[in-house]
Amino acid sequence: MSATERKTDIGPPHYEKFLPEIIKKNYGKWAYHEIPQPGVMVHVAESGDKLYTVRAATPRLMSITSIRLFADLADKYCGGHLRFTSRNNVEFLLTDESKIEPLKKELGKNGFLVGGTGNAISNIVHTQGWVHCHSAATDASGVVKSIMDELHPHFTSMELPGKLRIAFACCLNMCGAVHCSDIAVLGVHTKVPVIDHNELPRVCEVPTLVSSCPTGAIRPATVDGNKSVEIEDAQCMFCGNCYTVCPSVKINNAESDGISIWVGGKVSNARHEPMFSKLAIPYLPNNPPRWPEVVEAVSSLVNVWAKNARKHERMGEWIERIGWPRFFKVTGIPFTKQHIDDFTHAGETFKRSAQLRH
Amino acid sequence: MSEKKKTTPLLDELEKGAWPSFVKEIKKEADRPMVKDLMGVLERSYEEHIGHWKHGGLVGVMGYGGGVIGRYCDLQEEFPEVAEFHTLRVNQPAAWFYTSDALRSLCDVWDKHGSGLTNMHGSTGDIIFLGARTEELEPTFADLTNIGFDLGGSGSDMRTPSCCVGPARCEWACYDTLGACYDTTQHFQDELHRPMFPYKYKFKFAGCPNDCVASVARADMSIIGTWKDEIQVDQKEVQAAAKNGTDIQKEVCSMCPTGCIAWDGKKLKIQDDDCVKCMHCINVMPKALKPGKERGATILVGAKAPIIGGALLSSVFVPFIEMKPPYEEIKELAEAIWEFWGEHGKNRERVGEFIQRVGLGTFLEEIGLEPVPEMIAHPRSNPYIFFEDELEEEEEDE
Repeated sequence: MSATERKTDIGPPHYEKFLPEIIKKNYGKWAYHEIPQPGVMVHVAESGDKLYTVRAATPRLMSITSIRLFADLADKYCGGHLRFTSRNNVEFLLTDESKIEPLKKELGKNGFLVGGTGNAISNIVHTQGWVHCHSAATDASGVVKSIMDELHPHFTSMELPGKLRIAFACCLNMCGAVHCSDIAVLGVHTKVPVIDHNELPRVCEVPTLVSSCPTGAIRPATVDGNKSVEIEDAQCMFCGNCYTVCPSVKINNAESDGISIWVGGKVSNARHEPMFSKLAIPYLPNNPPRWPEVVEAVSSLVNVWAKNARKHERMGEWIERIGWPRFFKVTGIPFTKQHIDDFTHAGETFKRSAQLRH
Repeated sequence: MSEKKKTTPLLDELEKGAWPSFVKEIKKEADRPMVKDLMGVLERSYEEHIGHWKHGGLVGVMGYGGGVIGRYCDLQEEFPEVAEFHTLRVNQPAAWFYTSDALRSLCDVWDKHGSGLTNMHGSTGDIIFLGARTEELEPTFADLTNIGFDLGGSGSDMRTPSCCVGPARCEWACYDTLGACYDTTQHFQDELHRPMFPYKYKFKFAGCPNDCVASVARADMSIIGTWKDEIQVDQKEVQAAAKNGTDIQKEVCSMCPTGCIAWDGKKLKIQDDDCVKCMHCINVMPKALKPGKERGATILVGAKAPIIGGALLSSVFVPFIEMKPPYEEIKELAEAIWEFWGEHGKNRERVGEFIQRVGLGTFLEEIGLEPVPEMIAHPRSNPYIFFEDELEEEEEDE
């Protein structure tokens, strides 16, 4: 191909090309919406036009075979119009109400659950894990599948006190930015990286590696004649930033990598301001293919919250109302030294009053 | 290709259960040698509890520094078909709207050049093509641009902006999120494709304070829709909601963060100058309440995940801005930030971390933004004030 034919910097296609007529006509003129049943929404425009949405879960890792199936379903039921959500759900956009049930049936037949609306658990946003990532402390898709095989009744119904958002990231890089979720499941490394001193001088820049450490635990050192580095073990907090800049500092560890659970974060401004998730369980073992300890821990947190929270109260709002001591009591999760922050702004997390429930 | 690894008992376990199975998805493309080897590598990870992917090298398409993530397997002899298994990030259409034809044309490109496996979508919002050989990158890119698609961002560049469904299907959208997202993406094509920042820079456009794209947690620049005037109230619909079982006192009034709503059983009264636009009352009664008419956005800056200085939420830079094309103020603000951070930011230092290092006061001064009380939760409580500038001025006066 000649250089003149090569197209670059064209950007994404204009979204207007993909909007159905009903949306073009009523763009910015929607009056209200209702959720007549789990996974189905109706948006009513000021003009009186009604747009029906059928939302179904996807596993995020999609084959082109299934994407083509979605395209066929969109042709059959909604004039070829569909979209995806920020939480990896697919949404079919219908104008004919009578086609909702047949579409739901066909999605069900193909294994795609309809739901994720209102006071429900929506799809889990997650990262790549062992399918594709170099720094993963655990798999992503497998843990998510295992958790949702257990929790899917909360996806297909709307009987929870409020919304519950679960997110998964397979290491502290948090490509899924899970740090503001009701329940965050996070892969963790727990051992100091092992350095390949023979390889390091060939593939890494020592100054970049030294400056990558947030606690200053890495120092230049000559080991067995190699210009390499040494790590002050006591200062390492297993973030893995060094491994990202230098593959010879190997942090992945089959025996000691595992999973931590965090609770009470949110991004919405509704009622309470956005909040970070906080540590509930520091470590659970990596136990593929079903990760039973993780599934049990997440289900148990969902159940305790569902039983005790008031209507509309998110996980973090519930915990704030009852206080952290009672959270640990009602969940039965042991409180340990690891729950106490010791990073940059640790002091802000200490309790500095006598306002306690006894 | 490994004959030994044809069975995958651990992965097969994940075909069971009600939730859609990623293993079934992988198997749908398993007639491809590349996908067979992917299954083999993944089964091995499930056996050994460790990943088998190496760091990315310098791979990409001509003239771009971003959009392709290099990926190599560390078991190349055993699984040669995935020795190179690179990712392409394809810039999604705004708010992830597609036609069936557009989806099919994307599938056709990926059918021809890669594994046939995707993510719909990646964490930042791109369409992810998962698994291509180096020699296929340039031909994939050529076919993609021929069907009207382009690559997204990766590395230290402007990452692919994303937005919520906005005015396309939501009555709460306080500005045109799709329009702003598309316009920003097109305007900054050079910044998107050619990494030249200290680290990544993300834009996310949310139409209202519900923030369905998690911009406050994930974007270096979070543009969150809001309004200035009174919440629009339809009293008849409020009464209808009460009749239909909404306990307005308990579910709405007592959960309002500023206690600015009162209900006497007939009429809902809102003290709007106390309202902080949290959306709760509107979320509970979407038929009765709507955001006001004087709409725009709040711009917040600096969110990020933990690596390396700790996680941050974005903080307020511009309390209220009208959102009209061509969105000049947003572009100018972004460029001012890039200029100062670009010059003084360290390698792999996100703008939120940079602001913490140099101080918000200094940062604002450098980018030419006046400090306003909306930017802080509260003023400083320590007395270590830098009076440097004032002292110098006094000396000059003398």
